[in-house]
Amino acid sequence: MLLNIKNLHVAIDGKEIIKGLNLGINYGEVHAIMGPNGTGKSTLAAAITGREGYEITEGEIWYKGENIVEMEPDERANKGIFLSFQYPVEIPGVSMTNFMRTAVNAKREYNGQAPISAAEFLKLMEEKKKLVDMHAKLTNRSVNEGFSGGEKKRNEIFQMAMLEPTLAILDETDSGLDIDALKIVARGVNQLRSDKNAFLIITHYQRLLEYIVPDFVHVLYDGRIVKSGGKNLALELEEKGYEWLKEYSLA
Amino acid sequence: MANIVEQHTLPLDELLMQQFREQRSLITAHDLPAITSLRDKHFADFEQNGFPHNQLEKWRFSRITDLLDETFEHSLQPEDVKNKNLSEMFRCEVHNFNTEIISVLNGWYYDTNGGYHVSEEGVIVSGLRTAMKQFPDLVEKHFGTIANSEHNTFVSINTALVQDGVFIYVPDNVQVPRTLQILKLIDRTGPHFVQNRNLIVIGRNSHLSLMHCDDSINHHTSLINTVTEVLVQENASLEIYKLQNLNDNSGLVNSTFIRQLADSNVKTVALTFNGGYIRNNVQSFLDGRGAHADIMGLYLMDKEQHVDNQVRVMHNQPHCTSNELFKGILDDEATAVFNGYIYVARDAQKTNAYQNNRNILLKPTAVVDTMPFLEIYADDVKCSHGATIGQLDEDAMFYLRSRGISKANARLLLMYAFAADIVNVIEIEPLRVRIDDMVKKRLRGELSVCENCVLHCSTPEKDYHFDIDYSKI
Amino acid sequence: MATDSNEILEQVTQSEYKYGFYTDIETEFAPKGLDENTIRYISAKKEEPEWMLEFRLKAFRHWQQLPEPEWAHLHYPKIDYQDAYYYAAPKPKKELQSLDEVDPELLETFNKLGISLEEQKRLAGVAVDAVIDSVSVKTTFQDTLAKHGIIFCSFSEAVRNHPELVRKYMGTVVPYTDNFFAALNSAVFSDGSFVYIPKGVRCPLELSTYFRINAANTGQFERTLIVADEGSYVSYMEGCTAPMRDENQLHAAIVEIITLDNAEVKYSTVQNWYPGDKDGNGGIYNFVTKRGLCKGRNSKISWTQVETGSAITWKYPSCVLMGDNSVGEFYSVAVTNHFQQADTGTKMIHIGKNTRSTIISKGISAGRSNNSYRGLVKILPGATNARNFSQCDSLLLGDQCGAHTFPYIEAKNESSIVEHEATTSKISEDQLFYCNQRGIDTEKAIGLIVNGYAKEVLNKLPMEFAVEAQKLLSISLEGSVG
Repeated sequence: MLLNIKNLHVAIDGKEIIKGLNLGINYGEVHAIMGPNGTGKSTLAAAITGREGYEITEGEIWYKGENIVEMEPDERANKGIFLSFQYPVEIPGVSMTNFMRTAVNAKREYNGQAPISAAEFLKLMEEKKKLVDMHAKLTNRSVNEGFSGGEKKRNEIFQMAMLEPTLAILDETDSGLDIDALKIVARGVNQLRSDKNAFLIITHYQRLLEYIVPDFVHVLYDGRIVKSGGKNLALELEEKGYEWLKEYSLA
Repeated sequence: MANIVEQHTLPLDELLMQQFREQRSLITAHDLPAITSLRDKHFADFEQNGFPHNQLEKWRFSRITDLLDETFEHSLQPEDVKNKNLSEMFRCEVHNFNTEIISVLNGWYYDTNGGYHVSEEGVIVSGLRTAMKQFPDLVEKHFGTIANSEHNTFVSINTALVQDGVFIYVPDNVQVPRTLQILKLIDRTGPHFVQNRNLIVIGRNSHLSLMHCDDSINHHTSLINTVTEVLVQENASLEIYKLQNLNDNSGLVNSTFIRQLADSNVKTVALTFNGGYIRNNVQSFLDGRGAHADIMGLYLMDKEQHVDNQVRVMHNQPHCTSNELFKGILDDEATAVFNGYIYVARDAQKTNAYQNNRNILLKPTAVVDTMPFLEIYADDVKCSHGATIGQLDEDAMFYLRSRGISKANARLLLMYAFAADIVNVIEIEPLRVRIDDMVKKRLRGELSVCENCVLHCSTPEKDYHFDIDYSKI
Repeated sequence: MATDSNEILEQVTQSEYKYGFYTDIETEFAPKGLDENTIRYISAKKEEPEWMLEFRLKAFRHWQQLPEPEWAHLHYPKIDYQDAYYYAAPKPKKELQSLDEVDPELLETFNKLGISLEEQKRLAGVAVDAVIDSVSVKTTFQDTLAKHGIIFCSFSEAVRNHPELVRKYMGTVVPYTDNFFAALNSAVFSDGSFVYIPKGVRCPLELSTYFRINAANTGQFERTLIVADEGSYVSYMEGCTAPMRDENQLHAAIVEIITLDNAEVKYSTVQNWYPGDKDGNGGIYNFVTKRGLCKGRNSKISWTQVETGSAITWKYPSCVLMGDNSVGEFYSVAVTNHFQQADTGTKMIHIGKNTRSTIISKGISAGRSNNSYRGLVKILPGATNARNFSQCDSLLLGDQCGAHTFPYIEAKNESSIVEHEATTSKISEDQLFYCNQRGIDTEKAIGLIVNGYAKEVLNKLPMEFAVEAQKLLSISLEGSVG
């Protein structure tokens, strides 16, 4: 199993958000996590990637055979965990090219490889840019600075393609995207899908799942997974809304 | 009169010192003991430093030396007002604006009700001299605790010699319904040095709005040295509107010290329309978490008028916010100085502080000196400042003129729009309408210092209508 | 995590000073202390003409009347001006036969600093004047430059060989009466560089002076004069280092630049004097007066500085924009950490019509340091249509440092437009986490973000300097791609 989360409890400022969550993901699988706002979806992504301020009070996160809860965020990233941010931050003055080369080399260094040559790197960039129809100009700009909402999301998928993660977490990647951008993002993800990696897609709506078809759908409610099923569960949620789930959380 | 020192050969500072030494018993006659010792301390400071000279960093752009070079009188006793019709003098009838007027003539508090007034809720309005007798505990507890004489020995000489002023006390949990209006008039035949001392204490969860009007009635030279100390306690709020409309021979040094405790909210707006030499010192001490200060100013100066706004905001505690905005339009040979100073103490994390000074120069002879300073010792803060000096926007001018508006009117409109940012922060509607009107008149050059109060009520004005959509310019 | 990032911050900001070695060379000193005899000694050592000695003595007498300035946001113990040597020169082992011959130990010193004085080993694009303590030891590529009529030599050489140019321009931009440290420098300056670019010549090489303090208890007082005649252009770079010592050493330099009609001078500095140790012991007091005069129409002076060294920096490279349409620029990155203090900025004095100036200042404070921007923009009545834009940003790394901004704007012309903006911020946790999530560790991430923050200024440096500056800002690979 690639990722195995056991009885996870996460608190922010002492307030418990995730209250005993269990989730297993195998290589080659695509899992979707759905649920209403404020139930802990983004908190789960933050806990897996090791964001500061998200305190794991109980439970374990096993990834590639290690419990990673004490690991620094950059080490987790270098082990192949990638987060596509819901709100990518702007870093003025740092060009995308420079940023990506630093990241790619950090990973290579971690794996005991020599730094990538400039020529090779530029070639890699060109290749991956095509995947998400990214304008050449965007990579000359500073990280996310002046990017539109759609450009930021495409940039996240571009970075995912560059870093070739084993576990990719897409946090609300569909929010703020029009249908064309959504299709481009989905196409990028689908091309990267293989039996050597896995995806965890966090979303509020079923829309994205029409283009990235999940193997499993989980419903997160009040810090727990209250229902799991196949891709049809997403359709069912779309139809019925989330209200009917209350009884599960009370149970 | 024996208690007036007239300057013949000695400079003003030496005369005041002589007055202190020779008439100390008269000066301290109404004092609480703590105040007498405070006077001695401040007098020693003044003896050592004198008035600020032109080489001092904080005074070199507002040279006060020439102004001090006059034959001033300084009186230690109130004058006889039997022959003056005070109620007529202090009449102020702004439409729909219901205020309680506090009259101060030549630095002395006047009241027909025996010198003080206590409302049902316990709100005290009194002369300072009377307050020392009637409310000694309150005065002793707060007097001199907020003001300081750093870079400003006008505070020293004020503390040493001052005889009267206004005392306002609002107990906890009182929302004072009417705006209090301090009307200060100068009506003297000869050059006069006038000192005032105001002490304002606002209790927890209380609210007060205050107008502070400085006016002169005739065209004689005067130099006014006002010191105001304000304590705003937890969760209380205060609005202060300062109106300054003095004759061109007048000098005003107005030092306001405001100490804010946790979650308090203070807004000060200084509206300077006329005055020969005006120096506003505002120091705001944000001494409790969550305190907020808005410090605003508008100055519209012409001829050889001079205005200087020195604003110091001390972020001493975390989670406080402050917002400074000063705008000015300068015509003729007018000069303006702005020196903002945001200080963020170590550990005053999560501070948000903004500072902005914008100026428009209308004539080649007008001068602006602006110094927006930041001194920051905490890292988790958002501080920014900006300053601009420029002219009316040419594109906007063209836009207006292409709609058939005359050049003169277009200019007026743009200046008016520029000033509106400040006028619009006035929360009391009838006052805002009135000030708005005054700005229009001032910009038309029709408002010079009026013969009565600053609100110019004795000659009702026709309304000015500008039927332009300002959002387009 | 918060403590972690603090630790990493410390590591980032506590890298060792690499140039702290001392070269054991025999040195000749003037007697300790400062009086008229010291000045006569210096002047005699340099075999100066009478007019130069007179200039020094006038400056000295004026200096004696002056109080030390106290207005800067700096705190340091009173300097004992009698407790220092005002002249120190490496003693030649033998009479040198030609200017091309340099003591091998000195060559080695400069090699260790990464400055080769052997022309064939240098990058072809740069000519260097190397100054150690009080004297210039070598100026490279003089012949190549002479072919274009360009004079690039030590100041002493210029006094000997080009007295008419020195007398015409020296002290015209920074008179000895200018300030306390300028007066001191004018009295005791020992060497420096002189540059003259003739009419219409675009200098084919980057000119560069490398300053090295070596001897103990010594002040360094150099003087640089750059004259760009009509229609000429030169890019000039300046670098500096000093050994690590517990004591403070004084560096009080003067730089004067004059540009005539249509001339342009670009002056870049990477200032890396020894900053003192992490407890604030030792380090250079860097009290420098730099000023350029845009005398001619359409002339331009551009200052770029990367300030990372010195215990105390007091420095305001300025432009006097006298010629109509002249342009002044100031781009600065100032980094302070440990107990360093910097009070630096610029003055833009607009005198001519249509003069323009731009100020971009980026302050970065770490440790327990204090970093102040102090700038003056002055628009005089004749400066019709003058324009200034200033942006002064501060970045705080840690909660024990200070970042301050003291802009002075004086406008005396109604047609001028002056804009000033400033912000103060820290590196956001969001930015750090974003980098971490991409596998970049916090140390590298800080380097990356700081570099991005300073990029606008670093881009203004000549290529060769930019690399050094980026390293100084603990940056890994900015600029190598993309």
